[in-house]
Amino acid sequence: MLPFLLRRLFWFVVTLWVVVTISFFLMRQVRGGPFDGERSLNEAIERNIQARYHLDWPQWKQYLQYVGPFNLDSDGPELLGGDGTDPFTGVLVGDFGPSFKYRDFTVNDIIGQSLPVSVSLGLIALMWALSLGLTAGVASALWRGSKTDVLLRLLATGGIALPNFTVAGFLVIFFVFLVPLLPVAGYGSWRHLVLPGFALGAPFAAYIARLTRTGMLEVLSQDYIRTAHAKGLPPRLVILRHAIKGGILPVVSYLGPATAGILTGSLVIERIFAIPGTGSHFVNSALNRDYTLAMGVTILYTVLVYTLNALVDFAYTLLDPRISMEES
Amino acid sequence: MGRASRASGAMRWDLGGRELEALAAEAERFRGESLWQDAWRRLKANRTAWWSLLFLALFGGAALLAPLLPIPSPVHLDLQLEPQPPVPPWELFGESGFEPEYWELSFLDEVLVDLRVAIFGEWQTGPWLGTDGKGRDILSRIVWGSRTSILVALAAALCSLAIGVTYGALAGYLGGRVDNLMMRVVDILYSIPFIFLVIFLITVVNEYRTELEDGYGIDRETVFYVVIGAVYWLTMARVVRGQVLSLRNSEFIEAARVLGASTARILFTHLVPNVLSIVIVYLTLTIPAVMLFEAFLSFLGLGIEPPKVSWGLLAVDGSEMVNPVRIYWWLVVFPAGAMGATLLALNLLGDGLRDALDPKLRGKD
Repeated sequence: MLPFLLRRLFWFVVTLWVVVTISFFLMRQVRGGPFDGERSLNEAIERNIQARYHLDWPQWKQYLQYVGPFNLDSDGPELLGGDGTDPFTGVLVGDFGPSFKYRDFTVNDIIGQSLPVSVSLGLIALMWALSLGLTAGVASALWRGSKTDVLLRLLATGGIALPNFTVAGFLVIFFVFLVPLLPVAGYGSWRHLVLPGFALGAPFAAYIARLTRTGMLEVLSQDYIRTAHAKGLPPRLVILRHAIKGGILPVVSYLGPATAGILTGSLVIERIFAIPGTGSHFVNSALNRDYTLAMGVTILYTVLVYTLNALVDFAYTLLDPRISMEES
Repeated sequence: MGRASRASGAMRWDLGGRELEALAAEAERFRGESLWQDAWRRLKANRTAWWSLLFLALFGGAALLAPLLPIPSPVHLDLQLEPQPPVPPWELFGESGFEPEYWELSFLDEVLVDLRVAIFGEWQTGPWLGTDGKGRDILSRIVWGSRTSILVALAAALCSLAIGVTYGALAGYLGGRVDNLMMRVVDILYSIPFIFLVIFLITVVNEYRTELEDGYGIDRETVFYVVIGAVYWLTMARVVRGQVLSLRNSEFIEAARVLGASTARILFTHLVPNVLSIVIVYLTLTIPAVMLFEAFLSFLGLGIEPPKVSWGLLAVDGSEMVNPVRIYWWLVVFPAGAMGATLLALNLLGDGLRDALDPKLRGKD
């Protein structure tokens, strides 16, 4: 148990370090800083801006300052203004620095505002994916070979094949313009999240349906299911109490990648539906060369994806006693 | 097998009253079936996969011969007020007025366009699938877009194939500590949200595009293929490595070794074909993933650039025209239909190939 956690932690640190280092030096390679505009600035102003964001330092020092945990900026506090006297800064203490484009915001502010939006969108998408996927998968396994099964499988394959923004286009045409039920875009109430959530979750629902079908079929052919039937348990209870438990195991291990996919898939969906989430901030920041924001979001998502995968692996070992933690 | 029976034929083994020669003679009467013959037969028996293959061949052929087809130019502008709805072929089959207007084409494509003009002259098909807001023909844009998308997908998939197979086979072959380390690297890369790094990378490359084009002759699309390929090799590497690792110690390899086959023979006649089948399967599953990714990046404005056209760009055009005043359904439905059908066919073909080539995996997802 403990060695397992420690090993995971070690690789987590290595992964994070790789991500931080690669993205940091990639972004410093780009010619032209985030402050280059049409007009060339006054030299003094430019020097001040450079000093404000430590761009006048050598790269290794910028890197150390960015990673932290110690504030290398000896005369920084005055320049940074306000409470810049913090002796600890950098990614190691969870400080992603100031945003280059949104002048008065730190990256932490922006993430703090946008992450709840993205998370609620992701949760709705996950709920769509799980409810639709599990139902469809169980149904098509129970009525194997029937018309329902064929139709559901075709739908599932289609769901995997279509990109989510195309699904979004169809949804908007149907549920906004032809049958005006839901708002077209924006953010405010739960009704704004129904369509984007569905569009985001659709491919994952399709994949979950496939996994569930396979898992259920495998379980239904097991001896203990026959035993349960033979001892006279009603079919409904056999399914609910015995079959589903084993049948959805593959889905559990897919939840990690699915959540990661939903988080990254929201880049496009948030843009289509004009949802002010972390994903749309990331795309804008990459296009606007707002490097600290782009890096902050990348690091955040790496942490999220890694943690989720670790949690899923952990849950899997609890659910399936055949898998031991030492091997995984 | 022949060698084995000849080698031991001298010894007389008592096998339940029948001698080995008799057995060998009996075995001679059956013709063996190679893996590929077997796979081909099974693929033909799988109707879904077979139809998918035919559809893809047809679509790929149309994409390949796009300059030769009598369809309107994909970029010729006809500035009108709004997109024109589709006119079915039985109402307007074709009309005169073809303008040979394209982006910078390759030499071969130029020849094909010339040939097309020589054959069909100014005649072109009518707006069977409608036109977009700038008067460009949707059918033509879908066909030309498929050309770009298929090219991107193939190039990027081959890129990922090259990296993944080399890396995986090397790790599996070397084994031990090296293998452990190499697979740890793959694990690390797996947990990086790649879309972010790709967007990063592409924005960085965009800053240097003129230098790359002038100095090294590398255009943006080549970078695009390499970047996508560099992202999609991980699964391939894992699969190949696992395959090589399990095959290295399997009985038939040991049997081959016992029979005195050289290392090269083992590698090329026994290991590679077995790995190849699964590689092909993953290739057919990587291609749709790459196509989706191209669409995804084009959607964000980081992929293929106008005036060139790809399915991703068509999807962008379509979803930009979604508005409450008037529904231009043909701008969304037809590109999505073409893309969906192709990706569906690729997925089905991939499943079919997996069933045909690897009976062990049959029925598993």
